[in-house]
Amino acid sequence: MLQHRLSTAETMILPVIGALSLLAAWQWLVPALGVPAYIVPTPAAVLRTFATEWRFLLQNAVPTWLEAVLGFLLGNAFAVLMAIVFVYSRRFRAAYFPVVLLFNTIPVLALAPIIILIFGLGMLPKVIIAALLCFFPTLVNMARGLQLATVNELELMHVLSASHWETFWRLRAPRSIPLLFASLRISATTCIIGAIVGEWIGSNQGLGAVIIQSTFNYQAEKLFAAVLLASLSGITFFTVVTQIEQIFHRLLPQGN
Amino acid sequence: MGGTLAIKAEGLSLGYAGSGKPVRVLSDVDLTVEKGEFLTILGPSGCGKSTFLRAVADLLPPIAGHLWVLGKAVSEARQRREVAFVFQEPTLLPWRTARQNIALPLQVGKGSVSRSVNPRTDHWLDLVGLSQLGDRYPHQLSGGQRQRVSIARALQCEPDVLLMDEPFGALDEITRDRLNDELLAIWRETRTTVLFVTHSISEAIYLGGRVLVLAANPGRVQALIDLASLKDDNGAPRREGPDVQETAAKLRQLLRVGGA
Ligand SMILES: Nc1ncnc2c1ncn2[C@@H]1O[C@H](COP(=O)(O)OP(=O)(O)OP(=O)(O)O)[C@@H](O)[C@H]1O
Ligand SMILES: [Mg+2]
Repeated sequence: MLQHRLSTAETMILPVIGALSLLAAWQWLVPALGVPAYIVPTPAAVLRTFATEWRFLLQNAVPTWLEAVLGFLLGNAFAVLMAIVFVYSRRFRAAYFPVVLLFNTIPVLALAPIIILIFGLGMLPKVIIAALLCFFPTLVNMARGLQLATVNELELMHVLSASHWETFWRLRAPRSIPLLFASLRISATTCIIGAIVGEWIGSNQGLGAVIIQSTFNYQAEKLFAAVLLASLSGITFFTVVTQIEQIFHRLLPQGN
Repeated sequence: MGGTLAIKAEGLSLGYAGSGKPVRVLSDVDLTVEKGEFLTILGPSGCGKSTFLRAVADLLPPIAGHLWVLGKAVSEARQRREVAFVFQEPTLLPWRTARQNIALPLQVGKGSVSRSVNPRTDHWLDLVGLSQLGDRYPHQLSGGQRQRVSIARALQCEPDVLLMDEPFGALDEITRDRLNDELLAIWRETRTTVLFVTHSISEAIYLGGRVLVLAANPGRVQALIDLASLKDDNGAPRREGPDVQETAAKLRQLLRVGGA
């Protein structure tokens, strides 16, 4: 069935109305149902916490952001490098790709304590957990993206006597950009998850630590504020990555 | 070895290494092509036309026999950029404009190509009639325009041997006729040797100085026919005429026999 399309104004305003209506419902329903404020706070209370506790929240958000960004850069850089090695060495790929895939099936929650155990309580283990979460999707996507060049395109490069490096740089790399960004977009949110999971297990600072501590102390407003901040960070990272993707898309249009 | 010849094949056999023993596609090809010649290649589907061009372009090593391009090994000719290939699909890089696609040969092979050419992308754009469209991306061009870009890219190599594998196969007849004339004009100007695979008998007759007819099962040379008598006194080709009809009928008969 063909539905008539919404006007631009409607597509802009309706999501806002939707969100506000749910927030309003939450604001009235929580006290109406008799849920205590230390279990589920009202949106207004969470907002108030943001106003009063912003310094504390920011102090804890900064390490989380740092771990997430470092993990993002590290994990994706390693993934891209490994994908390049996989493309150029079939033996290496045959030997290590299955191992890597198997490793990927270990849940992070199970892996995190081991990493904390090995690397201690500093920032490094959180960065590593965030990096691991970014690593796998990018490795798989990039390995596939670098193989996207068609037989015809590779033969063209051969007839032109292009070197391996030129074929990589002029053909394989630009071809892989859409798939690379598909996984970078995923990484933009998972790197924050990785940092927070790391902080849950062994840290007294960061949004993850705030979440755990305020849960145990029944500080629901603080808990909700920290969760909201984590989510906003994810949205911001995601937006930054999509903006960079737009730039690449303009520089390297992929056709059709 | 065949110093003045563009192509020389002696007992050439080509095939693909399948699972187990190699599958022979084309056997015992003996062929010489003079420099500056326009050779069209006809044959039933699967007889090995593309395979033959691929061997000339150093994309496929021979199983047996010898193949020289301009008196050299195919790999050497390729590394000197003396051979250029126009594929059936235009094979343009979508993130490059028409002009940038034509410039690709100038940017790759820097380490190994031992011959320098003039960077004349605008000249080649002009020659294929796309001087206004140089900044368009491939997806903003029609099929015929894309194929012209790929021809211009091949011309930027300034090849002595131009290989074309059904370059106009996907185009409508009007466009194809126009591109045929453009191609002949380019050929006259550049004096390059052209090996042109087609499924169209009339195209083969119109473009070719000679036509090579291949047969299938097993793939082999069926006939090599001189078309010089079908050109006007000034060398211009004709599309009509009783002798053209006669040759077309003969080629159709050869293809029917060779396809069995
Ligand atoms: N990569 C390959 N591996 C194995 N066999 C191949 C390969 N490429 C082509 N062949 C086989 O070689 C034979 C000749 O193929 P080729 O592409 O040269 O035919 P063609 O004359 O160009 O046909 P068409 O007119 O349909 O393009 C075919 O039987 C085909 O199945
Ligand atoms: Mg073919």
